[in-house]
Amino acid sequence: MQNKDRIALSIGPVLYYWPRDTLLNFYAMLADSAADSVVLGEVVCERRHELKFADWLALARDLAATGKEVVLATQALIASESDLRLLRRAAEQAEFLIEAGDASALQLLSKAGRPFVLGPHINVYSRDALREYLRLGARRWVPPVELPLPAIRHVNGLADGASEPLLPTEVFAYGRLPLAFSARCFTARHHRLAKDQCEFRCRDDRDGLLLNTSDGTPFLVLNGIQTQSAAQQCLLGEEEALRGAGVTRLRLSPSSTGFEEVIAHFEAVFNTAGDPAAALGKLRESALPGGLVDGFARAQAGLAWSRPSC
Amino acid sequence: MNTIPIKPELVCPAGSLRALTLAIDAGADAVYLGLRNATNARNFAGLNFDTAQLREGVAYAHRRGRQVLMALNTFARADDCEPWYRAVDAAVELGADALIVGDIAVLAYAARTHPQLRLHLSVQASASSYEAIAFYRRHYGIQRAVLPRVLTLSQVGHVLRHSEVEIEVFGFGSLCVMVEGRCALSSYVTGQSPNNAGVCSPPSAVRWQEGAAGEVDARLSGILIDRYAPDEPRGYPTLCKGRFEVGGRRDYAIEEPTSLNTLAILPELTRLGVRAIKIEGRQRSPAYVEQVTRVWRQAIDAAAAAPERYRVEPAWTATLAHLAEGQQHTLGAYDRPWR
Repeated sequence: MQNKDRIALSIGPVLYYWPRDTLLNFYAMLADSAADSVVLGEVVCERRHELKFADWLALARDLAATGKEVVLATQALIASESDLRLLRRAAEQAEFLIEAGDASALQLLSKAGRPFVLGPHINVYSRDALREYLRLGARRWVPPVELPLPAIRHVNGLADGASEPLLPTEVFAYGRLPLAFSARCFTARHHRLAKDQCEFRCRDDRDGLLLNTSDGTPFLVLNGIQTQSAAQQCLLGEEEALRGAGVTRLRLSPSSTGFEEVIAHFEAVFNTAGDPAAALGKLRESALPGGLVDGFARAQAGLAWSRPSC
Repeated sequence: MNTIPIKPELVCPAGSLRALTLAIDAGADAVYLGLRNATNARNFAGLNFDTAQLREGVAYAHRRGRQVLMALNTFARADDCEPWYRAVDAAVELGADALIVGDIAVLAYAARTHPQLRLHLSVQASASSYEAIAFYRRHYGIQRAVLPRVLTLSQVGHVLRHSEVEIEVFGFGSLCVMVEGRCALSSYVTGQSPNNAGVCSPPSAVRWQEGAAGEVDARLSGILIDRYAPDEPRGYPTLCKGRFEVGGRRDYAIEEPTSLNTLAILPELTRLGVRAIKIEGRQRSPAYVEQVTRVWRQAIDAAAAAPERYRVEPAWTATLAHLAEGQQHTLGAYDRPWR
């Protein structure tokens, strides 16, 4: 076992299109929670405008004033000049750290000599790749969701005897896994609408639109141009492997209900010696359709679950 | 800046030496291929090249004035980057004309160790804007970028007008619906993905099961991807092209089994200054590669000779329709309504 320093809890960006009031209430709840940092911004779809950039910035200042570290995330898929304009605004402000969603953001940030966080959609699969990004200004990384914990340990150099990880490491530890992006909006397609005239139907799906297999098994979730797992990744029982991989921050990805309890369970298990089995039991009861999984962390198929007895 | 239209190169898939020679003979300007290991994104049994075959393929292409592009388009493994670096060295030693790379670690190694080697940014790098492309040019000196299949025609033009490298786009073949390099769906179900193993929905994970009423289930690592009526034609169970139930309706919720076909917009792609058109299909048969190459050779020549008189010949469409997945094709993201 490594040292028992605090494992920071980082709240990932809200991946769904929640109404403005729902979003603001959610962040008001976070302000009073055990969360250490909050990642803000719209990362999925450029058409979602409940909060504009200035609103996100105001929210960032409010949260920072409560003592939270705030990171602004950039959109994962950049396809148009308007996407780039928004990206430039984010990259030009110096108040908050930026989490790069793609190589467009890396270009703007590395050119400006600004430090950045590598978001989960930037492909880092080896130590040499992470070293390159470190050279270009990366100060923290969120590994791709499919990278197993033993591989993260390698990338951080800990498997080769390094005493410290190459970079502070934040792992996607709870929530529906962001698995893929497309040019096509699957939510609009489901409603027989064009992406350009989508009527913002994804606003009706607080946790995305569930996709079942033909035998009725919850499988994936359609969230606009993003495809997620129906199951929620849950690494509550992986403390030793997480610490061994150099992980010092856990990303909890927001869901519409019970998220306050999720934060409390993670805080209890990782930072106040709470019982993982009891917390897992609670989370299993409250999980969204699809249940819990942890396969990616263990170098298995992502949908595998290793703790059916909890 | 890409402003002067040049006849685009026809870049064809070579999953084997036989496919390579047929593609060259049918008029490919370049072929792309990979080594027989996890360093390339079509790592299927029975495909790809060992060094002797690669040497022979390069000689065959070069004798005819054509090029060989080597795909090194998976991400180097956390515990061992060496196979990727050795593949870079092998490409140089065997005389490949360019390397197609997606991993920043491999780009850095290639740019540092072999500064004279031409680098093409793989579609696996997910560079969908001119700023993203500029990032790879500035740091690794890439000379060409392959665009992910996510942009509309006008967005492709916008990227071209603001890029200082050559742009290659997909013209024909199986349609990847997700942004390449950013899809972990296969990994989620099977543990193996394009990024980490060079495979999507690998055949080893596929099971076919016939039910009591004659229906046939296609399962990928146990997950039901599609269910066919007794006499219904069956497709390969690529998981994003299966039938699923959403909101009470069973359908191709993500994408139908269909192929990308951009013959109809070839003059526009040429006018925008696209430098190369890529044909997908290293996993396809040599005969497939030959027939597709022949059609595209004629089409590119026709579009370049007289763009105003260009039209898609019915014979081309007939040949390609016969070869397309599910006998259907689409303009994909190039066409706004598809999105």
